[in-house]
Amino acid sequence: MIPAAFDYTVAESAEHAIQLLGEYGDESKLLAGGHSLIPMMKYRLATPTQLIDVGRLDDLAYINRSNGHIAIGAMTKHAQLETSDVLAADCPMLQHVASLVGDPAVRHRGTLGGTLAHSDPASDLPAAVLALGGTIVAQGPNGQREIAASEFFTGYFESVLADDEMIVEVKIPAGTAGWNYQKFNRRAQDWAIVGVAVADGGKGISLVNMGSTPVRATAAEEALAGGASIADAAALAADGTEPPADLNADAEYRSHLARVLTQRALEAANG
Amino acid sequence: MTSVMGTRMLRKEDPKLLTGENKFIDDIHAPGELWMGMVRSPMAHAKITSIDTSGAEGMPGVHSVYTGAQLQDMGIGVGALPCAWPVTEDMVNPPHLPVAVGEAKHVGEIVAVVLASSRYEAADAAEHVVVDYDELPTVSSLADAVKDEAMAHSDLGTNKAFHWPLDPNPEGTAAAFANAAHTVKAEFIQQRLICAPMEPRGCLAIPSPAGGEITFYSATQVPHILKVMIAATTGIAESKIRVIAPSVGGGFGGKLNVDPDAILSVTLANHIGLPVRWTESRSEAAGSSHQGRGQIQHIEAAADENGKLTAVKVHLDADMGAYMMLITPGVPLLGSFLYTGVYDIPNLSFTCDGWFTNMVSTDAYRGAGRPEASYAIERVMDIMAGQVGITPEEIRARNYIAGGEAFENHEAASTLVFDSGHYRPAHDRALEMAKVADLRAEQARRRDAGETKQLGIGMCTYVEICGLAPSRALGGLNYGAGGWEHATVRILPTGKVEVVSGSTPHGQGHETAWSMIIADKMGVDPNDVEVLHSDTAKSPLGLDTYGSRSLAVGGVAIAMAADKVIEKAKLIAAHQFEAAPEDVEFDAGSFSVAGTPAKSVHIQELGFAAFAAHDLPDGMEPNLQEQVSFDPPNFAFPFGTHVAVVEIDTETGGVELLDYIGVDDCGHQVNPLIVEGQVHGGIVQGAAQALYEEAVYDEYGNPLNPSFMDYLVPSAAEMPSIKLDSTVTPSTTNPLGVKGVGEAGTIGSAAAVINAICDGLSPYGVTDIEMPATPKRIWEAINSNGGAA
Amino acid sequence: MDVSMTVNGTAQSHDVEPRTLLVHHIRDGLGLTGTNVGCDSSSCGACTVHLDGQSVKSCTVLAVQANGSDITTIEGLADTARSAGNATGDQDWHPMQEAFQQCHALQCGYCTPGMVMASVAFLEENPNPTEAEIREGLEGNLCRCTGYHNIIKAVQSVAGGDA
Repeated sequence: MIPAAFDYTVAESAEHAIQLLGEYGDESKLLAGGHSLIPMMKYRLATPTQLIDVGRLDDLAYINRSNGHIAIGAMTKHAQLETSDVLAADCPMLQHVASLVGDPAVRHRGTLGGTLAHSDPASDLPAAVLALGGTIVAQGPNGQREIAASEFFTGYFESVLADDEMIVEVKIPAGTAGWNYQKFNRRAQDWAIVGVAVADGGKGISLVNMGSTPVRATAAEEALAGGASIADAAALAADGTEPPADLNADAEYRSHLARVLTQRALEAANG
Repeated sequence: MTSVMGTRMLRKEDPKLLTGENKFIDDIHAPGELWMGMVRSPMAHAKITSIDTSGAEGMPGVHSVYTGAQLQDMGIGVGALPCAWPVTEDMVNPPHLPVAVGEAKHVGEIVAVVLASSRYEAADAAEHVVVDYDELPTVSSLADAVKDEAMAHSDLGTNKAFHWPLDPNPEGTAAAFANAAHTVKAEFIQQRLICAPMEPRGCLAIPSPAGGEITFYSATQVPHILKVMIAATTGIAESKIRVIAPSVGGGFGGKLNVDPDAILSVTLANHIGLPVRWTESRSEAAGSSHQGRGQIQHIEAAADENGKLTAVKVHLDADMGAYMMLITPGVPLLGSFLYTGVYDIPNLSFTCDGWFTNMVSTDAYRGAGRPEASYAIERVMDIMAGQVGITPEEIRARNYIAGGEAFENHEAASTLVFDSGHYRPAHDRALEMAKVADLRAEQARRRDAGETKQLGIGMCTYVEICGLAPSRALGGLNYGAGGWEHATVRILPTGKVEVVSGSTPHGQGHETAWSMIIADKMGVDPNDVEVLHSDTAKSPLGLDTYGSRSLAVGGVAIAMAADKVIEKAKLIAAHQFEAAPEDVEFDAGSFSVAGTPAKSVHIQELGFAAFAAHDLPDGMEPNLQEQVSFDPPNFAFPFGTHVAVVEIDTETGGVELLDYIGVDDCGHQVNPLIVEGQVHGGIVQGAAQALYEEAVYDEYGNPLNPSFMDYLVPSAAEMPSIKLDSTVTPSTTNPLGVKGVGEAGTIGSAAAVINAICDGLSPYGVTDIEMPATPKRIWEAINSNGGAA
Repeated sequence: MDVSMTVNGTAQSHDVEPRTLLVHHIRDGLGLTGTNVGCDSSSCGACTVHLDGQSVKSCTVLAVQANGSDITTIEGLADTARSAGNATGDQDWHPMQEAFQQCHALQCGYCTPGMVMASVAFLEENPNPTEAEIREGLEGNLCRCTGYHNIIKAVQSVAGGDA
């Protein structure tokens, strides 16, 4: 399993990367940690002819407090999230979720920006950012724009990110109130069969691997906001979702898991 | 000197493995080598209508491209791959060419091969060979094969390959069922498993164009068998073939075949006069390496009113895959003798039908037939216990051979004679270590409290057939070779001892164990022993490693050869002492004359005397070197009791293996460190079958989980710490009293884990769960009965 | 393109194709064959090396991505321990290598280099782990022989300082 041949350029800055994206067009791909892209290239499911390495942009690897939110550089690695004092104090859920991604070696390479751009509905961190009400800062030829996580994901491995844009920062509202993350899988290193992220006591509930994108459990959130019990709200967790079927689960079982895990997450978050 | 036998000596193999110094197949290179890039069929059953190799031919680094038809025209690789075990006279055995011609019969079958200068270029070029197929009806499961509607081989008219009975006393079985107070009827599925040694397979064939020789490096368990089979298949003279197994990164049966890549690399290297190599990729292995298990077991048992079993009747449907490989048809039959387990059950009736499917072939995987049999009878014991209204512990106690007391030479209903056994001590010890009474109390508490997480306790008492094998027994089963093993022991001029073994390790620690046997026999330092193996030029005679045979056959051969060396050395010592040989004593490596211990000579010193040959007894040949081919008079029958404790999340269906206890008896142990390691690994492989692993195919015969992303080999995070103990019941079939332990853990653990799950779910009306017991299956099982305990 | 890195203390500079995986560069380019390849999906960890002090799966890193970095493979591990003054045992190895032999934490040895490198990196990040933390910490390294039991014991013995 060997990638098809490609050319490789190191981006000197975000601006440089965007310029290169413009030059090379849609046959080019940004390379961050590479832990989603390189396996796909080895299986030749992805065959970009030009890789633009943004993984060396150390000035995009940071976790800072800033006006009530936390600003995280796109090239911040999962391992940095996992060990961040800032997150431990101001957003422990993101820290915890980062510690559950893949395995330690994967977390040493994978980046938050790369994970979000990859938009895998089975990934942990996109759902966490969604539940936390995060904002994604994308930079393109015409400058930066901010995209709410709820507007970002559009389909399997698809987002609103334009071909010549890259994620440069993720903003997460600071908050330590009532959070929990439930990840159900068969092996520790695997993707979630279903995952549930609960933020702010249940104001944000998002689901992993329950559709073509990370999705908010809107019905459950609304029920809870309307005063429903945790059990009643959790019973609505899968409403409106279109869960996929694979070797581990069909839609019915996934929906069941979403309800069970949502109840557990809400109970833990409010316990 | 205190004997090293039975001590926890650290392994001699480890330093090279721990520093990266040793060489696995992919670490070895030959100047000018070319890499094979395989073009594999993406269809499970299809007519090959055209192959266009032109796109690949001009690519960078490409040497040549061959289709199956071209190779046939050139006379390369024309011999069909061998099946050494035609289990019946009329067994159907469709020809299995290294590269398919005309039709492809499974996904992953080679349809063309590229030779290129690097692994990257070979991969690139293989992508540019364009093959057109016409799809044919596909047999994508064993259940479909048995229906015999779609045909795996269009020209055969049936999918059935053979019918094999073992029915020594049909009247007895019939009478037992007619008179039974209780009967159990069950069907179990032994899912296909990917062998998945951590090192993928690979090979390197180095020709010598002028001399006509070929040196073949292979990640194989069976270099000696491979040498014979390469000669038989290619027509190259056996004496011109040297097979070397370098460090081999695990096998578990998965590396004992004669694979298409082997024959292809040898014949292509011979043809072009350049070295040819291949390294399997992990995902490729799902179509390029044989798989294990693949059976549907129909089992019935009869018992009297006390739960004493009187007969077992089994029909087995076995998935051969697309072709018969080296021992494909024999694997399910290896289990036939064990369907009465450790129990005194007077009647056994067994039949097996082998079926072709459009999937990669099945063949040996750790335990090979015996874990399947053990699983079936151990599941049946639990089901029968429930029916009779006694505990799993009690039904086993009532049925053990010799009432659980020590025995020798028990003739089982299968007509096999168990060498020795003593089942009750292992049973008692395992239950004691598991603290079963405490567990039952906790289980009851959780049930009463209606807790989400329920406890399940399962046990398995197993026996296995090891030390494959007495050659006559193999002959009786129509196997194409014998089961002896060969050893040479020599004392070199410097006093070092050199052992040459035909047994071929792939991680077991043979060098350590053989050194210990020699050290014990000859009174030398184990570090003074060098072991040669895995190279047919150094070790010309051997039958290699499978079926837990290394120690019980190969190790015994070494001990016997050492005895012969000692006997000869004694004659030299007596000559030096000017004493009668019968007056010379041998103790801890030294010879001395009885009554005058001060005057002595060490056996290592006699190596030089025998080498110099200046003063040997009249008529004695120089050198201290003896050899033995040991053919065991019987199999060895290790046994044990395992207990698994699981916690089941009844809301999600998730299972956690909380605790695992194994008490095993493999006779005398040479090195308990190695024994425990074998058992640990075996237990996890069996538990992995119970909980995680299955090679899944879709209705078109596509493997759906070829990579380690989806084929769930468990990690440390899923497995518990394992508690082991052992009992010692020496084998009576060999002078070391050893039995073999390579497969024991696997044979005990799948049944223990599934019995535990079924025990935990019994309040939900669940009586069986298919392997692997995935969360989804468990959730469905709970809910099929309304979901309420 | 030119790729320079320090591997086991030695500066190396080679012209490599951009698609060259770091593990192939290490094995085929530099001839350091101790690091093994066990899968193609970053699942098994046999190819684990240290990149700038952290464990990575070298089958999922391009050699060009490692340009300018400091790599340690199993071949260099004992030397790093000797330089740090904490090599142990008759063999003067890294304590983890010593512990793996003492605890019989390897059989076929194929996963071993990656398992050792992952274990060393894990303990650097979590010097006093529980058994459960060790098991989770090695979640990305598969072994088919040992059932992990003795691997966990080996890591525990190094963490406990009694290797």
